[in-house]
Amino acid sequence: MEAFYEWARVLYDSTGINLPFIYDSYDRGRMIDGFFTTVKLSVICLFFSVIIGIIGAWLQNSPLKWTRRIVNGYIQLFRNTPPLVQLYFFYFAIGTLLPKVTNDYGGQEPILGGFTWAVISLSFFAGAYNVEIFRSGIEAVPDSTIEAAEALGFTRLHIYKDITLPLAFRVVLPALNNNLVNLVKTTTLAYAIAVPEMLYEANQIWSDNVNVTEMMIFMLLTYFVLVGILVWGMNRWERALKIPGFGA
Amino acid sequence: MKQKNNNVLPVMMAPRNRQTDPFRLKAWHGVVLASIVVLASIPAFAAEEPTRASMFEVLVRWMPLLLQGFVFNVVISISAMAVGTITGAALGLGQISLNGWVRKFAWITTQFFRNAPWLVLLFFAMFLLPFEIKIGSLIIPLPDWLKAIFGLSLPVMANVSEIVRGGVISLPSGQWEAAESLAFSRTQVLWRIILPQCVKRMLPPWMNLYSILTMATVLASIVGVSEMMTLTGQALAAEGGRTDLLIPFYSFVLLMFFIYCYPIARWTIRLEKKFAVIN
Repeated sequence: MEAFYEWARVLYDSTGINLPFIYDSYDRGRMIDGFFTTVKLSVICLFFSVIIGIIGAWLQNSPLKWTRRIVNGYIQLFRNTPPLVQLYFFYFAIGTLLPKVTNDYGGQEPILGGFTWAVISLSFFAGAYNVEIFRSGIEAVPDSTIEAAEALGFTRLHIYKDITLPLAFRVVLPALNNNLVNLVKTTTLAYAIAVPEMLYEANQIWSDNVNVTEMMIFMLLTYFVLVGILVWGMNRWERALKIPGFGA
Repeated sequence: MKQKNNNVLPVMMAPRNRQTDPFRLKAWHGVVLASIVVLASIPAFAAEEPTRASMFEVLVRWMPLLLQGFVFNVVISISAMAVGTITGAALGLGQISLNGWVRKFAWITTQFFRNAPWLVLLFFAMFLLPFEIKIGSLIIPLPDWLKAIFGLSLPVMANVSEIVRGGVISLPSGQWEAAESLAFSRTQVLWRIILPQCVKRMLPPWMNLYSILTMATVLASIVGVSEMMTLTGQALAAEGGRTDLLIPFYSFVLLMFFIYCYPIARWTIRLEKKFAVIN
């Protein structure tokens, strides 16, 4: 590993290609932290957006008219407004209305930090798409299956949890993957509210070292690889869960 | 108890569109939403000093500037869409080229720009393009907004490329074979038979992409283009950072984008249904 770090320094000295996130231990630490913040943000948002999607799709089939309408309003609102403005709205407009707490140093700080707001905002944004995705999957489950379950005395919740959802999940997996890939790409927006994720840390490094070109290319490649790994894993999962004889 | 169609066999069916849309936004919903915003702001309104202008006066005062910013957003989105569509169509045709190298190059380019986040591509264009281009004695300046258009057109290009490829391969191969048996050349088949049929199928995803692009133009505010979000921030700063103004101003930005994008989304759904292949 040390040889690799040294190689980056020699590369800088001999060619001028500056990769401080390899040879400089401080910048390396920042980059690694940024990478893990991106991964953490993505995983937490993936989790909550899928939960929102599942609950939303259940509520959308509710017999109550107003429940359905509120869920639809939420979907339309979040799908037709820019995610960045949603993030600003949550962070600046709602965040400033919440009470402040005293931190360990005696200063005032907002009760929810940038990371939490990014999680809330991005989960709701991706969740709005997930509701529609899950709904299309639930509609693909034949009525007769549900009727059979009703005849066996399952409640509405049990039918949804144990019968409809496992079947629907396999149908919607390709669309869901697409949306989750989009979500990972959207986590870069957290940069705007100073969440120390990968793009933010890269910005810090190129501000200190004036090596915009190298950092930019490194960013593009890193996201390319990160998204590539996600797509590859999801495709494998899709194949493993495939229902024989159904779908293309 | 559901009793819709009794003649369906108990097997999994392909997802189907809902026949009747249960909920559709109408004008009176906007009135209800606006009144909720007004009611919610009353506590803040009551607490403020009488000398300061009320938040609605402030909003009305800044509205012309903010709307100008929004028009700029729309201009950026239309230009980026135009550039992205032309280059993307070329790239998409490259993906179905007979030449293996062209196909590979087009595929890699498409995948690369599709997998990179929009914000990173925007940064890429912003920081790596020069601020002016010199061709001999001719100096062409590259202002920020031009670079933003270029930066946003890159992901659009990759997505259009996929839409074109998807449209072409969605046609049954019988179309190609029938055209070939009538002795059309490949160019003729593509331009006269395949592409005219694809346009219909490509229109809904293309409009969807436009809607996404319009919402992405706000990203240009992060890199300093003076579009609506930047102007909103500046207006808020000019008012001295009053916290009661934050919700009305940001709501106004959300509302403008909603008013612009929601009809496009509805129209897309209509077209999708109209062009849907009925089995």
